[in-house]
Parts: sequence; C-alpha cells; structure tokens
Amino acid sequence: MNDQLAFFTVGIPLFGAIFASLAGLWRAHWCQRIAQTAIVGTAIVTVGLFLQVNEVGAVHYQLGGWPAPIGIQFHVDPLNALVLIVITVFAGLALWAAPTALQDELPGQERFVYPLMLLLVTGLLGMTVTGDAFNLYVMLEITSLSSYALVAIGKGRAAVSCFTYIVMGTIGASFYLLGVGYLYLKTGSLNMLDIKRVMLEGHLIQSQTSITGFILITVGLWIKMGLFPLHGWLPNAYAFAPHAVTNLIAPLMTKVSVYVAVRYMLMVFTPDFMLAHENWSDIGQIIACVAIGAGSLIAYSQTDLKKLLCYLLVAEVGYMVGGMWLVNPVAFKGVIYHIVSDAAMTSCLFLGAASVIQATGHRHVHALRHAAKTMPWTFAAFVLGFLSMIGVPPTCGFFSKWFLISGAVAEGAWWYVAALLFSSLMNALIFFRLVEMALFSDVAHPADEVMDMGKNGEAAIGLRLPLWVSSLFVLGIGLAAQPFGGWIERIVRQVGGWP
Amino acid sequence: MTDLMEFVVSRFNYWIYVVLMMIGLYAMISKRNYVKKLIGMTIFQTSIILFYVSIGVKSNATIPIVDHHDVVHSEILVDHYANPLPHVLMLTAIVVGVATLGVGLAVIEKIYRQHGTIEEPELLADVDQT
Repeated sequence: MNDQLAFFTVGIPLFGAIFASLAGLWRAHWCQRIAQTAIVGTAIVTVGLFLQVNEVGAVHYQLGGWPAPIGIQFHVDPLNALVLIVITVFAGLALWAAPTALQDELPGQERFVYPLMLLLVTGLLGMTVTGDAFNLYVMLEITSLSSYALVAIGKGRAAVSCFTYIVMGTIGASFYLLGVGYLYLKTGSLNMLDIKRVMLEGHLIQSQTSITGFILITVGLWIKMGLFPLHGWLPNAYAFAPHAVTNLIAPLMTKVSVYVAVRYMLMVFTPDFMLAHENWSDIGQIIACVAIGAGSLIAYSQTDLKKLLCYLLVAEVGYMVGGMWLVNPVAFKGVIYHIVSDAAMTSCLFLGAASVIQATGHRHVHALRHAAKTMPWTFAAFVLGFLSMIGVPPTCGFFSKWFLISGAVAEGAWWYVAALLFSSLMNALIFFRLVEMALFSDVAHPADEVMDMGKNGEAAIGLRLPLWVSSLFVLGIGLAAQPFGGWIERIVRQVGGWP
Repeated sequence: MTDLMEFVVSRFNYWIYVVLMMIGLYAMISKRNYVKKLIGMTIFQTSIILFYVSIGVKSNATIPIVDHHDVVHSEILVDHYANPLPHVLMLTAIVVGVATLGVGLAVIEKIYRQHGTIEEPELLADVDQT
C-alpha cells in the first residue's frame, strides 16, 4: 500500500472526475460531494507521501511496472511532495468555496464544473509528481484543456478572453514539446534523471542542441506561467472566469509552472549548466525586473478588483523567475518558500475579492467602499492577504521577500533588490487606495449612489470560512518561516547538489 | 556556396518544420478571423509532429514491426528498423491537438452566439460596448 501512494496522488482525482461526471448525469448535487471527498482523500495521501519521503528519501514509482528509462516514472522528492500538499490544500479551499460561488453565478452548471475542476487538479498534481519529460507535457495539456473549458464557462467577456488563452497556451505547450524533442534528439531519453545522467556523462553542457532545448522549454514555461511580456492572456482569462474557477486556477497554475521550471533547472540541467553560460543569469534577471515593475505599475492603474489582483500576480511571477535566475541556494529557498506563500496569499486575496463581489454585486474597486463597516470580517481577511502582498511581518510575504533579497545581495544583484522594493512600494500604494475607500467612507462619493453601496452585509458563510482559513495560512506560514525556510534550504542544497 | 547548399539540404526536415511553424505563428498573430487563427494553431502543432516523426527516420530502415520468422533465423539489428518512440509520442500529441482544436471551436461557437461575429475588430468593438 505504502509504495503505491505516489500513484494515488494522481489516481484519486482522476477517477473522482470520472465518477463525478457520471454521477452528475443522474443526481447533480452528488458531483460536489464526490469532488470534495476526492480532494480530501488526495490531501491525506499527499501528506502521507510527504512524511514517507522525508523519512526514506526520494520515492520512485514505475507506472505499469516498466523500469525507469523506458517506462514512465513518478519521482517524488521532499520538494515536490511539499508542492503536492500546497496544491491539494488550496484546491481544497477553492472547492470548499465553490458551492456558494457557483450557486450565485452559474446555477445548474455544477455538474460540468466539478469534474473539470478535479481534472485540473489531476493535471497539476501530475505535472508536479512526474519524472518523465513527455508525460509532463501530457499533464500540462490536461491542466490547460480543463482550464480553457472552466474559463469559457463564464459569462460576458470570458469566452473572448478564453480564446486568447487557448492560442497563447497552445504556443507555450508546443514550445515545451519542441524543447523536449531537442533533448530527446541529443540524449535519447525522456526520463528527467536519465537526461541529466547522459548530459553529465557526455559533457553536453555546451552542446547547441541541449542549449536550444533548454531555451525552448524555458520560453514555453514562461508563456504558461504568464511572465511579462508573455502574460497577455493571463489577466483577462483569470479575471473574467467564474469566481469559483479563479479561486482554483489563480493560486495554483502559475505556481506549478514555476515549480516545473525550478525542477528543470535543478534536476535536469543542473545549476552548473546555468552558470556555464555567461550573461544568461543577467538576462533572466533583467526580464524578471521588467516583469515586476510592469506588473506593479499596471496593477496600480486597474479599476476592476479581480483584474488588479491578476496584475499583482504577474508581478509575483517576476519575483520567482528573478529568484531562480540568481542560481544560488538561498535564492532558490526564497523561490520555493514564495511558491508556498504566494499560493496562500493569492488564494486569500481572490477568495476575498470573490466574497466582496458576491456580497455587493459589483466588481469595480469601489465595491470595497464601506467594506470596513458593512463586512468587517471579510475585509479583515482581505487586508491580511494584502499586507502579505506588501511584505509586512509576520505575514509570509515578508519572509519570502526577505529570503529572495538575501539571495540577491549574496549575488550582488542590486537591480533585482530594487525591483522587489519598488513592487512592495507600489503594492502599499494600491493597498492604501483600497483601505481609504473601505475606512473613510463618510466622505460622500458619487459611486455610492450609482452602485447602491453601504447597504449590503457580510459575504455568505460558505465563502467566508475558506477565506479565513486561507488568511490563517498566510499568518501560519509566516510565523513558521524560520524552521520552514531552514528545512527548504537543506532540501534545495541536496537536490541542486550545492555543498 | 556548395557548403551552404549542403547545410540546407542535409537538414531539409528541420527547414520544413521551421517554415511550417512560422506560417502557423504568422496566421495566429495576424489573421483577424478566429477560425483562421485556429487553422494557424493547427499548422503550428502539426509542424512539431512533423519534426518528431522526422527524427525517428533511419536510411534503409523499415517499419518497426518484427517478423517472427526473422527472429528465429537471424538476429534483430536496430539499424534495420525506424525508431518507433517518436511516432508513438506523436500519437499522444495528435490526440492533444484534436482536443485543443475541439475546445477552440466550441469557444468560437460560444463567442459567435454571444456577439454574432468572429472577426476580431468587430468583436472587440462589441465587447467594449457591453
């Protein structure tokens, strides 16, 4: 039983999705029960797997019993076991909030949404757990296809935004596939560990083919994670998707793509490969700095609440890519810690936005007017998420910035430090604009009359509970930063081969 | 000049896939009609399938199906058979491509029902109005 755990991480949500769609034909409300049960089951399995991996080291699971270089292998080390837990926990929160959000927005469509959500989670878990480069492409496409359908199910601009998402997403996935093709051409293998072995034994660090493969894979993943200037699809697709869907895809999809990029850097190409090429690290950092600056600036100019958060997300992706390209263990610690903490704070913020929009019926930032008075509890959790976005201790956002900045200082990457601080500053400006609206609402404003503000109460309890839990995660991950960060650094040094 | 010709001709499969890929990319970026964009996307994906299939080719090799008769009488030489792995991978990629195309067409149909057009400029004007 214990050696089958790696399979169950993908198996439970996959079969859950099949059962949920079948049950949906007969009794629509069973969909929700099956979906939530499947997620809870997966969460238990991932925690078990995490404990197991921490005890005995990396676990390899051969699918169908075919040995490694030929068959598909699931490779679980402590690092991706952590990411698996993050995925199931925040997918669980999204599914917890989903019934209330869907009831409001898409009544009667539940039986289409839940199976797709489970399939999306299957793809995300598969991308994280797999040790096979081509299998990763298949999982990436499972994730993308279900997210296309989930985004398109929304109303208004969702369909048009989704089309851009499909085209851009396909270009990204195709680039990734092409990159895998080049790696296969040079090494004759699709297994990540085997590719690494062949590249080290054959001294392929300077080979044109492996460099081309690396660049194609990196650019493909950049499109998938929405790194500026390849982010064009992200804000509209995420902002106009139904709230229940945004709560699921916004915290998880970019983070998992970032993790895949980290995995390629540490496990397949090794840090030596990054450092063997002059200027690469600088180019990566420059792109990341531009992404951070642009994301924060555009976010400041937004008036749509969810779109504003999406641009903050674009800036956050810049943080993680910049941290990766510093190529040192402290910065990688920051990146992994940021994957966890960013999942928590985006989950908190998007759940908060969904609650505010659900309670007021408006998606303009003016929906927050009077919020401190009319919905203090919802607003308090939202504020906590935003404080973490700025980087105020003891929230987790402070510590991830701290780790990233200490990594950057060690490398002398001052531009990256400046970009991080600039982004904090911009986030603080946005925050004060929102807080001003929520607190000082006795000053009359034309929006009050037009939007009928100040008469609504708290958001529905089904949205508020997951919101509070996610805000507790924001605090908890921050308070546990020292031991947690130390643990991550030990693992990163082990995986990346640093002393 | 002959060097250049040799460089081009000896790698003609890569040239073809790159040219097809760029045609697809061009169509996706510059065509105004959403169905044409999807056609470009399909060309783009197909070019990658072509790339994979072409790297499995060996000269004077046959299809990778082993005759039982041959196994008994002579040993199997890898050089006599084309590499089946890239082909098998592309079966999956074709399925993914078809699924993407299907989702894309479904979304276009939804767009048409909502806005009554699939031409980008008219569509964006319509979206801005509502």
